[in-house]
Amino acid sequence: MTPSRADTTAAAAETYADGNPLGTPGEHKHHTKAPAKLTLTTVAAALPVAVRKLAPRQMIHSPVMFTVLVGAALSTLISAVRPSVFGIAVTAWLWLTVLFGTLSEAIAEGRGKAQADSLRASRKGVHARLRLPDGSTRDVPGTELRLNDVVICEAGDVIPSDGEIIEGLASVDESTITGESAPVIRESGGDRSSVTGGTRVLSDRIAVRITAETGQTFIDRMIKLVEGAVRQKTPNEIALHVLLVSLTIVFLIVTMSLAPFASLAGATPSPIVLVALLVCLIPTTIGALVPAIGIAGMDRLVQHNVLATSGRAVETAGDITTLLLDKTGTITYGNRRAVNFFPANNVERTELIEAARLCSLADETPEGRSIVDLAADKGVTGPDLAALRKTSGAFVVVEFSASTRMSGLDVDGRQIRKGAASAVAAFVEEAGGQTPAEVDFRVREISAEGGTPLLVARISASNRAEVLGTVHLADVVKPGMHARFAELRKMGIRTVMITGDNPITAKAIAAEAGVDDFVAEATPEDKLAVIKKEHAQGRLVAMTGDGTNDAPALAAADVGVAMNSGTPAAKEAANMVDLDSDPTKLINIVGIGKQLLITRGALTTFSVANDVAKYFAIVPALFTAAFPGLGLLNIMGLATPSSAILSAVIFNALIIIALVPLALRGVKYRAVSANQALGRNLLIFGLGGLIAPFIGIKIIDVLISLIPGIG
Amino acid sequence: MNFNTASFLIQVAALVVALAALHKPLGVYLVRVFEGKTSTRAERMFYRLAGVDAGTEQTWSVYLRSVLVFSAVSILAVFLLQRLQGALPGSNGLAGVDPWVAMNTSISFVTNTNWQTYAPEATVGMFVQMCLLAVQNFLSAAVGIVVAVALIRGIARTRTDRLGNFWVDLARTSFRVLLPMAAAVAIVMVLGGVVQNFWSTDVVNQASGISQTIPGGPVASQEAIKELGTNGGGYFNANSAHPFENPNVFISLFQVFLLLLIPSALPYAYGRIVGDQRQGFTVAAVMGSLWLASVSLMGWAVASGQGTATAAAGGLGEGFEQRFGPVPGAIFAASTTLTSTGAVNTAHDSLPPMAGGVAMVNMMLGEVAPGGTGSGLYGMLILSIISVFIAGLMVGRTPEYLGKKIGPSEMKLTALYILVTPALVLALAGISVLLPDVVANAPSSGPHQFSEMLYAFTSGANNNGSAFGGITTSGPYLSVMMGIAMLLGRFLPIALVLALAGSLARQQRIPASAGTVPTHGWLFGSLLLGVTVILTALSYFPALALGPLAEGLLK
Repeated sequence: MTPSRADTTAAAAETYADGNPLGTPGEHKHHTKAPAKLTLTTVAAALPVAVRKLAPRQMIHSPVMFTVLVGAALSTLISAVRPSVFGIAVTAWLWLTVLFGTLSEAIAEGRGKAQADSLRASRKGVHARLRLPDGSTRDVPGTELRLNDVVICEAGDVIPSDGEIIEGLASVDESTITGESAPVIRESGGDRSSVTGGTRVLSDRIAVRITAETGQTFIDRMIKLVEGAVRQKTPNEIALHVLLVSLTIVFLIVTMSLAPFASLAGATPSPIVLVALLVCLIPTTIGALVPAIGIAGMDRLVQHNVLATSGRAVETAGDITTLLLDKTGTITYGNRRAVNFFPANNVERTELIEAARLCSLADETPEGRSIVDLAADKGVTGPDLAALRKTSGAFVVVEFSASTRMSGLDVDGRQIRKGAASAVAAFVEEAGGQTPAEVDFRVREISAEGGTPLLVARISASNRAEVLGTVHLADVVKPGMHARFAELRKMGIRTVMITGDNPITAKAIAAEAGVDDFVAEATPEDKLAVIKKEHAQGRLVAMTGDGTNDAPALAAADVGVAMNSGTPAAKEAANMVDLDSDPTKLINIVGIGKQLLITRGALTTFSVANDVAKYFAIVPALFTAAFPGLGLLNIMGLATPSSAILSAVIFNALIIIALVPLALRGVKYRAVSANQALGRNLLIFGLGGLIAPFIGIKIIDVLISLIPGIG
Repeated sequence: MNFNTASFLIQVAALVVALAALHKPLGVYLVRVFEGKTSTRAERMFYRLAGVDAGTEQTWSVYLRSVLVFSAVSILAVFLLQRLQGALPGSNGLAGVDPWVAMNTSISFVTNTNWQTYAPEATVGMFVQMCLLAVQNFLSAAVGIVVAVALIRGIARTRTDRLGNFWVDLARTSFRVLLPMAAAVAIVMVLGGVVQNFWSTDVVNQASGISQTIPGGPVASQEAIKELGTNGGGYFNANSAHPFENPNVFISLFQVFLLLLIPSALPYAYGRIVGDQRQGFTVAAVMGSLWLASVSLMGWAVASGQGTATAAAGGLGEGFEQRFGPVPGAIFAASTTLTSTGAVNTAHDSLPPMAGGVAMVNMMLGEVAPGGTGSGLYGMLILSIISVFIAGLMVGRTPEYLGKKIGPSEMKLTALYILVTPALVLALAGISVLLPDVVANAPSSGPHQFSEMLYAFTSGANNNGSAFGGITTSGPYLSVMMGIAMLLGRFLPIALVLALAGSLARQQRIPASAGTVPTHGWLFGSLLLGVTVILTALSYFPALALGPLAEGLLK
């Protein structure tokens, strides 16, 4: 276990403390970069970008907003020919509607821009020391590196491009990409051999084989991602666009047919009014906010230090029905911890605890530390190692070795050991002692439960050898996991634990953690088999992995999250990379995916529901002159036809801006069943969408009816 | 004439009870027909005669091609034989039908619209009635049903490109469902007093000495399938207001029952075939709620109705069949427009404006409550997919319907479907009102004149066939426009539905979990109801404002 993994594990534990099952951004104290606040400055900065986005070439990608653009242009022409206060006001607000649409997108993009700039800075002017075939090196600019070139990086060097360490070991500062200041160890061979361009070597010397083409490195991809430059419409976005376009066509026909219909009654509306009606009816709210919602979703992933290769992967995350979770590091702390002490019959409990503590003081492994911690929990404390060294006479630390399978202390003539049961038993027998039957029994019992028994023994100064008792080491399930899995189940997500443990141990931990299923004695190939099995039943699977042998499973999974510390092969196969290398992140990723879709659905519902009120504003305004009876439809009591139509147009524009924060933040996601979530969101965005515009339009009408020429 | 609320409630309750009792056994029977493996002798003979391979199932495109070819041949045959009427036996002395009328009529009967731009007594003889129009009554109803069945299979099946065999489905629907049911119904009709003969009746009024010849015909046999198949084309011009077609109030209510029967049973069959009865029940509940709401609204509009016709007649009565009164009229008018029947026992033109508006809204809903035979179910399933798309997003899943993903290609087909009819109605009506010569065909004035135009195209594009009357549509322009509305309003949706069925059948099923939006239960039902009503309101509100609302909301 390298320090970096231990750190992330601790950090992961911290995230559970918040208790939110599929966290919304902002809750992660450790990992999350706070999103840029939506201030006047950020809006002002986005404004020029928004204006540039008005170019028809760009607008055509959003058919709904393109329709508004055409409408605005049309009404500008009409107002130029036949100017009126009403016409000019409507025209101005139509332009604002288009602008607000592009502005929302620009704001969303702007939030990633600062991050992109700092990433870009990390790449500026980087030089690489290229190793030539004869072994000599030559300085070249980082941009000239080719695939499979080998470069040498030493302490203080910025790694010029993505690559794999082929020689050596180094501590690397990856804070440019992860925001994490603690250095991580990277070494050749194994699963932590990959390095990222733009990160800095802090110590030692490594040879790195370049694995990315110029412009295709991790940081390049990240820059593009946070800037929203590579955004392609996702399948669900396309499906939504199809629906929105179809609604737009319906409303186009509704508006166009209205002129001849009304002409029969001699009440033909003016072209500007028809354009206003069209813009109010087509789903501009959602049409304008779709890009911002998508960008914000990716941005939320980036805030969680997760990098997705496509927006599609984020959407799929919301659909996941099965989570494959590695036991170690995800469900449990990854290290066995002491959970109990069992003294032998004739030994005092305190005596055992004191001995166990003593022989663990010098043991820096997590297991050793956990024994000291547990002793303290049981009220047994004493001098630490340094103090002991001072007060004791002869003092020797016996390190753990693979051959002895024991560790401990020799102090003041006493030999205190803890270790594997068989090793300690042999050690005691050699000195003429015996392992009591009840201790043997306990050892077997702990093993049967899936725990690890450690024996503690002492050979006194008078050469009396005795087994003091047993320490029960167990895999400890992280607190809160049980509740978290229960919540996932409520949302219809099955959890499958993957572990290399034997079936007995696996079963015990699975029961304790509350996962739905487990695979014991699993090999990486088993992961692939599980995914295939789940796929055959039509389920969608997410998993994490870091090793090269995880790559096939990562590629097969619908959402494969590679740890940034993992091998290039794993990162290549995955469709997301977690920069924190925190396997529990998977659960947050699912939440982000769901939140993205919910926001899209909620705003679509809101947008369409708004139309009802707009009809009640505009239809009586158009036809009350010809058919006084239709005045009854003016249930909002709007002042004049002009003020009614203008109010609807203004409301339609302002609601876009009003909803930008929601689009960026995302609709709050709760771990409840689909039916509960649907009922709640229908109430807020469906019913709310029906009612809100009645109030909004009325208020605007009261205000603008004061304007001469309108009221 | 008074609107008797008690009588209204009793009749509505009787219909609800009868349909609740019969939709299940009929639904079970329909499942047996469509899931059956064996063929009867009659069916085998049909396959041999038609030269079709009944052994292999078809892909969606082949299924669609079969529907289109079959319908095209039907239209052509009906058209030509009408033109040749004079030279054929059973013409009752009538000459060949006018080409515009023949064209319109052939399209109208093949598309299950049964819009009648002609007065039957003066235009078509017994041969055309029995051998062309009645046959199409069976076949067009069967086509609607088989398309719905293909969609059900698309939803129910996984990882296949086969949707069944059109010819087998058509033969089974005709031979095992429609023919036996129609035969039984015809007997009831005759017992109830509907005419079934082959001659006219001479009546001499003893007091005045004036003699009249009243045309007769095989009315009961045609009446049966007219209602069962949600066709609606009357043997006589007065349709179900004619005493020979609809002799008394019991037969009138029986007719309403018949036109609701098959569309109400199909959701049950749907639930059975997809293996989840709750799905069928939810669809049926939404259809039933809409029907109940609409019939009540119609009852209210008729009971409280004012309007030009009512005012001119000095009270409720004008336009209602004197033998029945307004109650059966209201129930009939609502049910005939909620299904794609279009038979009438009341002059819709004379309904109070709001009641006429309700009739129009019923059709504008897309005729889904419970709709035409088959078309009602597939219309409602399309609306379910729209609803589940919204609902799925709102719970954070890319949407799926019964475990089938609603992706871009499914959404394209669904979105086009909901676009077709509003586009046809509004565009064709919009163009037509611009032509003064055409407008002159509707001699009324003001909003009512517009309502007549709007009603005609709404009826045509939705394949309803009921008429607001008042407007003369037999001229070339309106014949062609209505023909376009009926053809595109029928076959574009069918093509989209079959393509959708093909796309769904190819998919694997995603098992439902707690994270899946349930497409059953009151919450989804309410959403489906809301989506149906709001989509209709958004498409048609301005047009309705200028027609029935302008006429009905008097200040």
